[in-house]
Amino acid sequence: MSAGVAPAPVDAPDAARRIEETARRLVEAGDCAPRPARDPVNEPMINNWTEALGDANPAYPGQAPPAMVQVWTMGGLHGRRAADDPLGAMSAVLDEAGFTSVVATDCAQTYARVLRPGERLAIRSRLTGVAGPKRTALGEGWFVTTVSTWTVDDEPVAEMMFRILKFRPPPPPEPPREVPRPQVNRDTAYFWEGTAVGELRIQRCGGCGALRHPPGPMCPRCGATRPGYVVASGRGEVYSFVVHHHPPLPGRRAPFVVALVELEEGVRVLGELRGVEPGAVRVGLPVEVGLDRIDDELVLPAWRPR
Amino acid sequence: MIGLSGAASVVGIGATEFSKDSGRSELRLAAEAVRAALADAGLGPSDVDGLVTFSMDANAEIAVARELGVPRLRFFGQIGYGGGAACATVGHAAMAVATGLADVVVCYRAFNERSGHRFGRMAAGATAAPTSGGIDNGWQYPVGLATPAATVAMFAQRYLHEFGATSEDFGRVAVAMRRHAATNPRAWFHGRPITLAEHQASRWIVEPLHLLDCCQESDGAVAVVVTGTERARDLPHPPAVIAAAAQGSGADQFTMTSYYRDDLTGLPELGVVAAQLWAQAGIGPGDVQVGMLYDHFTPFVLVQLEELGFCGRGEARHLIADGGIELGGVLPVNPHGGQLGEAYIHGMNGLAEGVRQIRGSSVNQVADVRNVVVTAGTGVPTSGLVLTAG
Ligand SMILES: [Zn+2]
Repeated sequence: MSAGVAPAPVDAPDAARRIEETARRLVEAGDCAPRPARDPVNEPMINNWTEALGDANPAYPGQAPPAMVQVWTMGGLHGRRAADDPLGAMSAVLDEAGFTSVVATDCAQTYARVLRPGERLAIRSRLTGVAGPKRTALGEGWFVTTVSTWTVDDEPVAEMMFRILKFRPPPPPEPPREVPRPQVNRDTAYFWEGTAVGELRIQRCGGCGALRHPPGPMCPRCGATRPGYVVASGRGEVYSFVVHHHPPLPGRRAPFVVALVELEEGVRVLGELRGVEPGAVRVGLPVEVGLDRIDDELVLPAWRPR
Repeated sequence: MIGLSGAASVVGIGATEFSKDSGRSELRLAAEAVRAALADAGLGPSDVDGLVTFSMDANAEIAVARELGVPRLRFFGQIGYGGGAACATVGHAAMAVATGLADVVVCYRAFNERSGHRFGRMAAGATAAPTSGGIDNGWQYPVGLATPAATVAMFAQRYLHEFGATSEDFGRVAVAMRRHAATNPRAWFHGRPITLAEHQASRWIVEPLHLLDCCQESDGAVAVVVTGTERARDLPHPPAVIAAAAQGSGADQFTMTSYYRDDLTGLPELGVVAAQLWAQAGIGPGDVQVGMLYDHFTPFVLVQLEELGFCGRGEARHLIADGGIELGGVLPVNPHGGQLGEAYIHGMNGLAEGVRQIRGSSVNQVADVRNVVVTAGTGVPTSGLVLTAG
């Protein structure tokens, strides 16, 4: 019956149940119909194979190397998996559930007797087990085990246990965000060093204590050239904002909001405002700092509603 | 009259056509505009001994002098801060003429701003320069505030909040400029007026700015010739006397992002300019018949009206209601259509229209023009002029 297992789209919570149900049905269905080999066991193919592997055993090509058994029933360049092939049916259900990547993990063959040129093989397969979901180094996945039997005129001549891992491929890494890099110098380094360690720093005059942003080397109030900094509370209100639509900017997806935030400490700082619909942003919206890590070298000031 | 006032006049104006793709080098545009301005003034390249341009202009004074065959230059310079330089080029020329450093100074601006490098895009490398400007840009570009429209939009949002103005108030500026451009054959938007509804329906660029709040991008060049007012009286056109010329920068000034001042609703740098203009010219806003106001983005036209004293703070929307800045209104602004309607030549085409209004030669001539006030780029350190009929 395995031919009839047509996978329907499944919701993520149903995936495991759906996989297990399919597996149970396929295991119960047993072997699929035997599929005959395209060509009989033959000397030219044996010669090609032993030559390629450098096997000079004089028994060949009078008999076939046992490990060649899989060769005789290969589908060829344009071969298609039989409709009732249990591995194909099982894979389709796993694909639907997002376990789209595959890697072979085990293969064990048993040979009942020697095969000779002229013999015609057939192969049939059954699903013997599906185990999962398991966490693996490759990602979450299911181990699918099948057993295939080769026959000559219904006589079993070889058997293979074959196990694959069907796994959910990890999401592709986020492409690096390209944003213009700020020029950093002696006057501004403290700010960018601060964002890198999770702090929003405000320049504080070492002479008169005035807070200032953007910073500079000389206090415009008292003339001191001894700037220090304080770490801002991070709380403030939207003083003004824009919703950027056009043109496209590197590293950002429009529309996005850039807010000029007035901090509790009294200075204003620009940053992207995230986590709120552009249409819901208002002057006066309470926000808090939420840093925007671009990469290991750059963390930008950003805001989120509070 | 103090010092500079009246000493020098604009005696020639010249321009290329305004287009979206000039098909010529920027240097050629500059040379064509300068030659046209000299011809308009009844002068030749050998009369020129001074050249002034914008620091953003790609054509060095010596390159323009080479193309024109100017034999010697005694005075030359470049003025910074983008469009804020426009009126300052003439101001510097007037200072040179008034002090005898030069006799004939040509001010020019030429670019392929549409077909070449477009200002409306994010300026590549804006944060890369190891300069104070590069450092300043680092607070803005990396966090996504990266275009001229965005920097003005930040200001405009606060303006709307403070004064209860609406996007329609901005839109009325665009409607007025496009109405003026519609009857100016030189204007890119000649014959293409817009309605307020069309303004409102135009797509967002950076909220609260619609597309039609933003001036166009243009290829072209404009040049003006400045010489002493005495000599000017012997030249073909009536002189546009430079009654006042001023530059201005305010407290805690940045380029387009002066967001850290106590107040974010005015243009204090233009306030600095305005006070000097009225003092030098000995006139007030009520003595002005035409305003040539820099209109790269509509919101700053409102703020300029306020800073120049044509109305109170936050009241410009009342002045522009019912066609107040249109031809026939209480203060016609930019009869040529402005940068929104004619072309974006960094304010220099507005300056040329100011001269035409003084001469009485504009296609959209305002009656009985005695004084014209001209402004330059807004949001940046800026400049201004008062031109007076001589
Ligand atoms: Zn201090």
